Amino acid sequence: MVSFLVEPLQVALTLLLAPGLVGLVRLLKARLQGRRGAPVRQPYRELVKLFGKERVVSRNASWIFHATPFVVLGTTLVVALLVPLLAAPLPLDGVGDLVVVAYLLLLGTFFLALAGLDPGSAFGGMGASREMTIAALAEPTLALAIFALAVGAGSTNLGRIVARTLSDPVETLGPGHVMAFAALAIVMIAECGRLPVDNPATHLELTMIHEAMLLEYSGPHLALLEWAGHMKFFLFLALISNLAFPWGVAVRPGPVALAIAVLALAVKVVLLAVGLAFLETQVAKLRLFRVPELLAVSFLLALLAVTTSFLVR
Amino acid sequence: MIGLLPMITTYLAGSAAAIALPGDRGRRVAQALAGAGALLGLATALSVIGSGKAAVFDLPSSVPALGLAFRLDALGAFFLALIGLVAVPAAIYADAYTKEEAPPSGTPGKAAPRSGRLAGATLNLFLLAMSLVVSAANVLAFLFAWEAMSLASYLLVVGDGEKAESVSAGRWYAGMAHAGFGLIAAAFFLLAARAGGDGFETIRSLSSSPGPALRNVVFLLALLGFGSKAGIVPLHVWLPRAHPAAPSHVSALMSGAMLPIGVYGLLRVGLDLLGGGPPWWGGVVLALGAVSALKGVLYALTEQDLKRLLAYSSIENLGIVFMGIGIGFVFHGHGRADLAAVALAAGLYHALNHAAFKGLLFLGSGAVLKATGTRNLEEMGGLIKRMPQTAACFLVGAAAIAALPPLNGFASEWLLLQVFMAGASLPEGLTAALMALAVGTLALAGGLAAACFVKAFGIPFLALPRSRAAEEAREVAGSMRFAMIALAAACALLGLAPSVVMSFLARVLGGMPGVDAGGALFRPGSVLEAPQGSSRIAPPLLALCLIVVIAALVVGLRLLGVRGRTRLVETWGCGRTVQTSRMEITSMAFAEPLRRVFAGLYRPTKDLTIGFHPESKYFVRSITYRSRIRSWFEEDLYRSFYDLLRPLAASGRLIQSGSVHLYLAYIVAALLIFLLLGRWL
Amino acid sequence: MASLLSKIWRTGIVTEPLAGGSDEACVLARAIAEKTRRLIGRALAIREVDAGSCNGCEIEITGLPTPLYDCERFGIHFVASPRHADMLLVTGPVTRNMEVPLRKTWEATPDPKLVVAVGDCARTCGVFRGGYAIAGSVDAVIPVDLFIPGCPPEPADILRGILEALDRLPGRD
Repeated sequence: MVSFLVEPLQVALTLLLAPGLVGLVRLLKARLQGRRGAPVRQPYRELVKLFGKERVVSRNASWIFHATPFVVLGTTLVVALLVPLLAAPLPLDGVGDLVVVAYLLLLGTFFLALAGLDPGSAFGGMGASREMTIAALAEPTLALAIFALAVGAGSTNLGRIVARTLSDPVETLGPGHVMAFAALAIVMIAECGRLPVDNPATHLELTMIHEAMLLEYSGPHLALLEWAGHMKFFLFLALISNLAFPWGVAVRPGPVALAIAVLALAVKVVLLAVGLAFLETQVAKLRLFRVPELLAVSFLLALLAVTTSFLVR
Repeated sequence: MIGLLPMITTYLAGSAAAIALPGDRGRRVAQALAGAGALLGLATALSVIGSGKAAVFDLPSSVPALGLAFRLDALGAFFLALIGLVAVPAAIYADAYTKEEAPPSGTPGKAAPRSGRLAGATLNLFLLAMSLVVSAANVLAFLFAWEAMSLASYLLVVGDGEKAESVSAGRWYAGMAHAGFGLIAAAFFLLAARAGGDGFETIRSLSSSPGPALRNVVFLLALLGFGSKAGIVPLHVWLPRAHPAAPSHVSALMSGAMLPIGVYGLLRVGLDLLGGGPPWWGGVVLALGAVSALKGVLYALTEQDLKRLLAYSSIENLGIVFMGIGIGFVFHGHGRADLAAVALAAGLYHALNHAAFKGLLFLGSGAVLKATGTRNLEEMGGLIKRMPQTAACFLVGAAAIAALPPLNGFASEWLLLQVFMAGASLPEGLTAALMALAVGTLALAGGLAAACFVKAFGIPFLALPRSRAAEEAREVAGSMRFAMIALAAACALLGLAPSVVMSFLARVLGGMPGVDAGGALFRPGSVLEAPQGSSRIAPPLLALCLIVVIAALVVGLRLLGVRGRTRLVETWGCGRTVQTSRMEITSMAFAEPLRRVFAGLYRPTKDLTIGFHPESKYFVRSITYRSRIRSWFEEDLYRSFYDLLRPLAASGRLIQSGSVHLYLAYIVAALLIFLLLGRWL
Repeated sequence: MASLLSKIWRTGIVTEPLAGGSDEACVLARAIAEKTRRLIGRALAIREVDAGSCNGCEIEITGLPTPLYDCERFGIHFVASPRHADMLLVTGPVTRNMEVPLRKTWEATPDPKLVVAVGDCARTCGVFRGGYAIAGSVDAVIPVDLFIPGCPPEPADILRGILEALDRLPGRD
């Protein structure tokens, strides 16, 4: 009975916690910059405000523009259904695996890029072009990191990867594993538009990547897209932490196990967020044409990870 | 059991009708009969696969070794079904597409659309030839049908021969097709000579006896010959020239149906007739496929001509098919019959999917061409408002080819990724490590394809029209839209019901030697399973999840009272007074970041001219920027080959006097020499 | 990395509490609906429009997001697009060339929205009044909710003015 509640719970947690996580990173960065900063609840206030505002839409926009916020948020929520945040394996375990998760996110990016082109704005087109460039170059790294994890677990199934790490920690958590997660972390930075790939706080049109596609959105549409962005960030951190360090994930879902799982997830994600806030305080944004070099490094890391997992096999 | 005869007669009747019937009727009847023939072919193919019994059709001859034998088995039937999948919608589409616009009153109209009728006849012959290639059961029949297929498609590319572009494309195509034919013929003759007969049955029964050297030579000849037909790098040069030049329904057929026949040939010779070979065969195929996949998508990305973009993308997709076939050969060579079956199934599944989405995209590009009169992406834009149904269909095709779930492209690429992961379990460390590179290549090609098709859909269909023609575009005829909608539905169905496709492929591959398609993943159900059950996905459930979640979002927002008035204004442009399409991003600019990332590969040439005002160089009068990407690799390769060949050809001209008497003498001499040789050997 | 962290540690939080100023820090041009205040009061997105200023006001506005004034602690941040904005922060006398862009920016901003005109020029055109290139003060082009006088006003004054418009001055709620 409880097991069927796990996935609705995961979706609810993602919806509710994701803005708070972003608020936490912002607060930490503010403090590291010597500022007082906005409280952690600020992203929630922003979402509520946007839902109450008017939509201003370009006359040139087509239905793609109106559908995109729902497609992007929808794909992110389906990812929240599939990723083992609290329990493994999930009831919907057989619906999709890690590869599906990667391509669902690509589906969202695909529509977002189209929506960037739709109103015919120069910024939107530029953002779409840059976003697709980075998405395309991040794809092989993501696939290889998945491959490295899959070689260890013998499967791309998320439940099995978690189960394998839980049952055989010493053998799994070898150097290959570590490198695979380093590669995944770089992919996360690229996909979520964090520093040094993209600056989430920039408002200069010429340097922005992700936000350039959103420049035409306003009101509830914008709220949905911002929320989806927060959730993608949350899910990436949760996925990385639960694949690398799955302890706390409920193997047999019960009320107590789930409560522990929620707590463990919160701790892990917050720790990663703190690390990210420190990293973002350290580094400056890379030039767009230096980003491929960063992604090439992560590709090499992933390739090494695969090779290592063959060696220890 | 329908058999092959009804299909063959329908196609022949179609050709005859086109020539015999007067006026525009010939064209229309011919196209209708082409559709009927394709439908009959599809029915035959499905009944052959369903019953497992081959359809036989023989044309015996009184002269020994000149008989034509046709026997459609499950493997051929798969490709015949694939032809039908594209040809039926293409024939429906062709009627309105090839209709000559009524000449404006006052101008003298053309007497009779002769070229339209001729094209109708050739279309029937092309479809017939393709169908006969996949059902041929002896060398002569195969080569005869193959040559007919090349010639018919050549005529369709060249059209009425009035456009210089078509003629040049045709010349490239003819050259490559005949070089390929020569290689294939050599491969078959080597086999037939060894087997002592030209029937496939005879060759197959002796398949194990030829020595390894001969087998390797035959395989490599076949790989090059069939690879040139499938557009595999570096033999793909004809493809981006020929596809755009042909009418769009023919492009759809050439890309969706004819290119995979190269794959058919490779499977027929390599696996069926030769019975497989050492793993390195597969390695070569895999490497060629990987190079083609990357090279195809990289050039598609920088292309400004919509149809040429699709042609390059065909190279990519056939590359992916070759990757699947290649890894299948590797497994086959290692004696892993179960994995070989999945790998081949992944390749064939992708070929099927490619037929659906590339057929759709070529038909869509034809609709755009018909409506705007241009193939240049920079002159399109805003078509989603003017051609909403075409746009929706094109979007489905673009999403499918970018391997986005839950459409069909994703299913086959997922399966292929899983095959590579299973390949890592092979004992050889090298093979296993190569699998990692294959995964990376496939993923990079997939990511670049997503970028490419954001451009291929976004630039022509979204934003403001970039030209007068795009502004005045109108939605195309109902029959054309019907054909596109049918193929879009096929893209969705092939993606949502992968297990149906897999159980279908199990029957196709079941009869192949050393292939065991009896695994659990070939059983019907609602899931697509990875080899050895290591992972699975359920596309119908995934689609359901997506629909339910998005519907819940829409309803949930309504219930929460989020309505939000919508106000329409102009696009935000930092307050500038007018917005024109000149401010939009162009197709070339969209690909610019990736062009710079891969500059080492593209070697773009840049030409920037700035015209200054005579008074001061701080005032710029005009800027002209030209940048060209040439496929330097092939051009250099073919240039050096051409330089080698040209003196030889010039010396060959010595015997070409143009005198008929001399030629008759040549024939007699050749006959005598062969008779003597036959006697002597 | 260690030196940077230790510097961060030694510096600490430098944000100053917002001191109370004179009542002339701002002039309300028209009443602001309570509903608007409730909606955007705690999460305010600002789009800055330079309608022809000498950039003196801009230099002061640039002070707002710095650690010293830190407008983010009040939930205020600057955005790139008027589509995302709740408030237009307009400076300078409106020049003829900026008249249409200013109006367009106003049209591009979703309701409910506020307009705050910063600096003396924005209200009276200052020394530029009567110049051939001047179209008029900001309220001659778009409806203004609040003026923040000064040539230029200090960042603290601007911040106080914005918070006054939102009825959120510290110590009042």
